[in-house]
Amino acid sequence: MPHISLPNLPGIRGPMAFRPETSKPLNELVEVLLRHPNSLSRGERELIATYVSSQNNCHYCQSIHGAIAAAHLDGNEALVQCVKDDFRSAEITPKLKALLGIAGKVQQDGKKVTEADVQAAREQGATDLEIHDTVLIAAAFCMYNRYVDGLATVQPKDPDLYRQRGKMVAREGYVAANLTNVAPPSQVAELVGS
Amino acid sequence: MAHINLPAEIPGIGAAFTFRPETAKPMRELAHILLFEAGANSGLSSRDRELIASYVSSRNRCYFCQTSHGAAAAHHSGGSTELVAAVCEDPETARISPKLKSLLAIAAHVQGDAKTVTTEMVERARAEEATDLELHDTVLIAAAFCMYNRYVDGLATWQPRNEDMYQSMGRHLAENGYVQAVLTSR
Repeated sequence: MPHISLPNLPGIRGPMAFRPETSKPLNELVEVLLRHPNSLSRGERELIATYVSSQNNCHYCQSIHGAIAAAHLDGNEALVQCVKDDFRSAEITPKLKALLGIAGKVQQDGKKVTEADVQAAREQGATDLEIHDTVLIAAAFCMYNRYVDGLATVQPKDPDLYRQRGKMVAREGYVAANLTNVAPPSQVAELVGS
Repeated sequence: MAHINLPAEIPGIGAAFTFRPETAKPMRELAHILLFEAGANSGLSSRDRELIASYVSSRNRCYFCQTSHGAAAAHHSGGSTELVAAVCEDPETARISPKLKSLLAIAAHVQGDAKTVTTEMVERARAEEATDLELHDTVLIAAAFCMYNRYVDGLATWQPRNEDMYQSMGRHLAENGYVQAVLTSR
């Protein structure tokens, strides 16, 4: 059960509906980072988000972003799993491997990123913007993951729920999907009354 | 030197914000709501919110964030440099309300592993009359600073050791909030 009285929605959607003022910038940030035009594909950026969430052991975030990544990658769930288990052996570009290496350091402590890590990414063709966005995606998911786990939100186990929602978010985006983050009708009276 | 080509004269997060204005906008707005303009029924003062931000940043050992938000906390009503130092040293012995102590205990767990926040910790805060909104904002402030701190350190931004600069930044933040750009240069 969540630590506070949240609308009955899974994962981050509960606190997003609870506090619309903060959900607006939270959704806008992830929209820019994971969806806006970028030299890294949407699938690659979702893989970074999924990897960091899995390193943080956040079930909801790694499941939903893994599902969104798969939706962008022709449904390749095996690839998503492989990136979580051991990205060095995954069938992804050497550049993305170097960027995941940086993301993994940021997840632990930003100060662990070395000049050599950055140089390795540059040698694979990574640009300053790609390195910037990798650091910020990793940092941002250290926030989203803690938000989801720190409030003890409801995190369903059924992979099909994530698969369905993942396809929708991959199609519509985060800002649009947030419009569905409202308390179910049965709860509205209760919320207004409280 | 920063890991990427950031504007050289701008310290800390400001350089990264200038490099990427598209992500700066929601990041500034989030900080503004959480720390400065939290809304009518938000309970916690901006001083208390800045204390949570500087405490979490000090636990993440992010010099720029702990110093700038510490200075902001000190410039808010009821704040002082000594109080900020005492909170970062040990919230339980600092001269702050029992409610803020209980919220800082939760913030520390969010900073470490958020799954370690227990029902007992939440009940302690409720016994001190913390509301759901205050608990929510405490968790999100702590989580958000785990982002800002990693962003600032992960890019190896310029974090000068210049107390006057942080004092002036803190005053600006305490008076104006975060939406307006703070581009202090040396």
